[in-house]
Amino acid sequence: MGRYVARRLLQMIPVFIGTTLIIFLMVHVLPGDPIRAMWGDKAADPAQVASLRHEFGLDQPLWKQYIDYMVDLFKGDFGKTFGGRPVSEEMGMAFPVTLRLAAVALTIEIIVGIGLGAWAGLKAGRAVDTGVLIFTLIVISMPVFVLGYLARFIFADELGWLPPNVQDSMDLQQLLLPGFVLAMLSMAYVARLTRTTFAENLRADYMRTALAKGLPRRRIVGVHLLRNSLIPVVTFLGTDVGALVGGAVVTEGIFNVQGVGNLLFKALGQREGSTIVGVVTIFVLVILVINLLVDLLYAVLDPRIRYA
Amino acid sequence: MTTIEKTADDAVREGAGDDGTPLLEVRDLHVEFHTRDGVAKAVNGVNYSVRAGETLAVLGESGSGKSVTAQAIMGILDMPPGRIPQGQILFRGEDMLTMSGEERRKIRGRKIAMIFQDALSALNPVLSVGYQLGEMFRVHQGLSKKEAKAKAIELMDRVRIPAARERVSDYPHQFSGGMRQRIMIAMAMALEPDLIIADEPTTALDVTVQAQVMDLLAELQREYHMGLILITHDLGVVADVADKIAVMYAGRIVETAPVHELYKRPAHPYTRGLLDSIPRLDRKGQELYAIKGLPPNLLKIPTGCAFNPRCPKAEDICRRDVPALVPVTEQDGTELPGRGSACHFWKETLHG
Amino acid sequence: MPDMTKSQSGGTAVDTAADAGPLQAAADAVLAPGDVSQGKPRSLWGDAWYELRHRPLFWVSAVLLVLLLAIAAFPGLFTGANPRDGDLTNHFLTKPELTHFFRADWFGYDGQGRSIYARVIYGTRASIMVGVGVTAVVTLVGGLLGMVAGYFGGWIDSIISRIVDIFFGLPFLLGSMVVLNAFTERKVYVVIAALAFLGWTTIARVMRSSVITAKQADYVTAARALGAGTGRILFRHVLPNALAPTIVVATIALGAYISAEATLSFLGLGLADPTISWGIDISDAKDAIRDNPHVMLFPAGMLSLTVFAFITLGDAVRDALDPKLR
Repeated sequence: MGRYVARRLLQMIPVFIGTTLIIFLMVHVLPGDPIRAMWGDKAADPAQVASLRHEFGLDQPLWKQYIDYMVDLFKGDFGKTFGGRPVSEEMGMAFPVTLRLAAVALTIEIIVGIGLGAWAGLKAGRAVDTGVLIFTLIVISMPVFVLGYLARFIFADELGWLPPNVQDSMDLQQLLLPGFVLAMLSMAYVARLTRTTFAENLRADYMRTALAKGLPRRRIVGVHLLRNSLIPVVTFLGTDVGALVGGAVVTEGIFNVQGVGNLLFKALGQREGSTIVGVVTIFVLVILVINLLVDLLYAVLDPRIRYA
Repeated sequence: MTTIEKTADDAVREGAGDDGTPLLEVRDLHVEFHTRDGVAKAVNGVNYSVRAGETLAVLGESGSGKSVTAQAIMGILDMPPGRIPQGQILFRGEDMLTMSGEERRKIRGRKIAMIFQDALSALNPVLSVGYQLGEMFRVHQGLSKKEAKAKAIELMDRVRIPAARERVSDYPHQFSGGMRQRIMIAMAMALEPDLIIADEPTTALDVTVQAQVMDLLAELQREYHMGLILITHDLGVVADVADKIAVMYAGRIVETAPVHELYKRPAHPYTRGLLDSIPRLDRKGQELYAIKGLPPNLLKIPTGCAFNPRCPKAEDICRRDVPALVPVTEQDGTELPGRGSACHFWKETLHG
Repeated sequence: MPDMTKSQSGGTAVDTAADAGPLQAAADAVLAPGDVSQGKPRSLWGDAWYELRHRPLFWVSAVLLVLLLAIAAFPGLFTGANPRDGDLTNHFLTKPELTHFFRADWFGYDGQGRSIYARVIYGTRASIMVGVGVTAVVTLVGGLLGMVAGYFGGWIDSIISRIVDIFFGLPFLLGSMVVLNAFTERKVYVVIAALAFLGWTTIARVMRSSVITAKQADYVTAARALGAGTGRILFRHVLPNALAPTIVVATIALGAYISAEATLSFLGLGLADPTISWGIDISDAKDAIRDNPHVMLFPAGMLSLTVFAFITLGDAVRDALDPKLR
């Protein structure tokens, strides 16, 4: 197991370098000059532009910029924003907010998604099943921003149940609505996956054995069926982090959450390379680590999997 | 085991209480499945009974209804699509089909246990065998986790799994096929049930392991004086352990007999066909007999005798009337205890 | 002692039915022999078509798709109004006239006095083009790379798989935001290229694993033993059998691409004026939503309906192709 983890960590290095390189190139190869753009329509002082460009290292060749960036990164230095603040500081403020939002979303995703899926799976082929299927199809069909505005319009503007904007990310009630919106898409997928594995495993031979052993239904479903059915769901939750991250940018915008998504969106608008690359780099790291954790968890849940 | 004496007093269709109630009695059982293509009649009026310490072998090819009957007895049929439109399943004289779900659950595993064909898929892949064995004691006897584990080790010793203590936390896939089937047997034996239903317990195993597992099963059965219903399509397995045989075809019993009588003198053309299709050393070089045709489609079972399209002796009556399972006799009219045949021409088949 | 069923049947169809027995539900096991003997042989695709025809959701999505494709191809047939004509004085945020079917004021007017109905109709083309375009590129590129990696294995597989890993590490929506941010002029083909750039890995992974499965099948070994060449094996034997999962994933992904395009356009990172896109219209409508929800409702509804049609189709095809789910 230790060797497996070591090998996986080693494999992560080229992936990490490749991914950050792509992002770095995308941010810096783009036409247009972000420094020049800071002046807007006004005429810029060429000397000032040059000095700023030098300050941000933008006068260096691209490969040098990338290597410098990576070297700094290993020292924990993410560079500075155009406003002069360290990127790490900005991210340090934004990340906990997004983390809380993601935690709320993940909780909703797991509880509602697995619950709905299990319910449908146990009643496969009946009205409940069809109902859940259609519900999930509708949810999946609605892009997150449509869902976001719809939810905001109905629950905040019309009904007034929940606040439309998040002022304080420590307040769970304020995070509930954006959390729900962010969770919806993945929740629908979790529900469908759970439904499928439940319905499939329900027909497994070991379920018949459990029945023949005279176990009560609660135990058959809660132990024998659930343990087996959750394995693919856990895997899905791991691979889904990327989608959650993309959804966070949109959700945070709609509900005015001051998280990483908002930070990134603003940085994209200003073409502020260091923040964009910094945020995406952290996301990539998070995704890679979570994928590894999920693979390890997979081995715990399914004894048939052995890593060497 | 001498079988003929033990079964001598069995009538073809036993009523309850000719001399003590049988352990299990199936009466006129029907099972059908409602599918997309129509109603499949899987079991069409099966009668059989088992006493304590007795082994009944149910023989038939896949689709004959032998496993479905067993599942109906266990109460583990998928309903729907399955349905039991008529019949009784009496356990110690009480009809299980009219019991509440909870009453039946308490019989399952504790009084009647089942051994499945493919232990690899029948055991839960993500739970340790110790957990799965111990579960019987925890659920039915309310033992603690620790006590249940001790019992599980005891059980594994019982079915002669080497190093039981070390292996109790292993998972099913870590055992060999034979060992897994022993675990299945241990699980069925856990609460010392009155009746065990073994559904093709050795089919998935290597020939060499088959005998060991079968011997173990027979030994434990003797020890606990249990009734055993052995479902199989393997005539070889039957000959060694069964007391009496019921041959099924298209959801009906077509012949019943004490085991050795059936081999000596079958009273149904289907049984004869089965026996003739066994390769025999003394017929080396000759073409092996095969019953022509395919098993019937249960959605449209042929009229009359279901076997008539494949039967070498079929006549008009076979296409018209369903033959009842009737007691067969010697040519001179002497009764043959425990024997019956559902063939219009049983006399010709038996004596001809 | 031989297996009884085998000795009787002469060992053809019944064998397979009996062998599959333990894993099937009781009803299947009971039905199997008769089914095989009396039904005509069914192929995977024939079976799938039978399944599809009996699914109401398949017909719903099929009808929707035909309609959407027709709208995308000939928007002029569905409305006489010009989607770009704004008339602020007369039509500023006029409410819908729900009984005026197919007329310019059917869905009302937006904040620039443009017919929402006309904009919804003319917006279809961009969404469909992006969806179909990305799917085509992704299936071609990802499918080819996945097939090559899966079939040849070895170092070719290693290289392709590592590249896939790198792209897979990038979140799809987030990555396309960054990529599209690099372009000032975002035409339909730019959006297609950006989404395909990040999206091809899914298909490549699916194709690779199904090719690996298919190439290990006995009939491929048999074909090779009979002396068939690589090309023949790949295209006649492996590909047709590895295609089903790819088709399913591609159909469902098509819906997701449309959704992604709208999201990006909504954020101002996708298509831009003068291209008519539902995402832009929804974005324009967000400030008016409290008093004039209709400005957002119709493009959002149309967008969701389109995504729904593709995802439901993919879903139905998957269920039909996967016998395990039946």
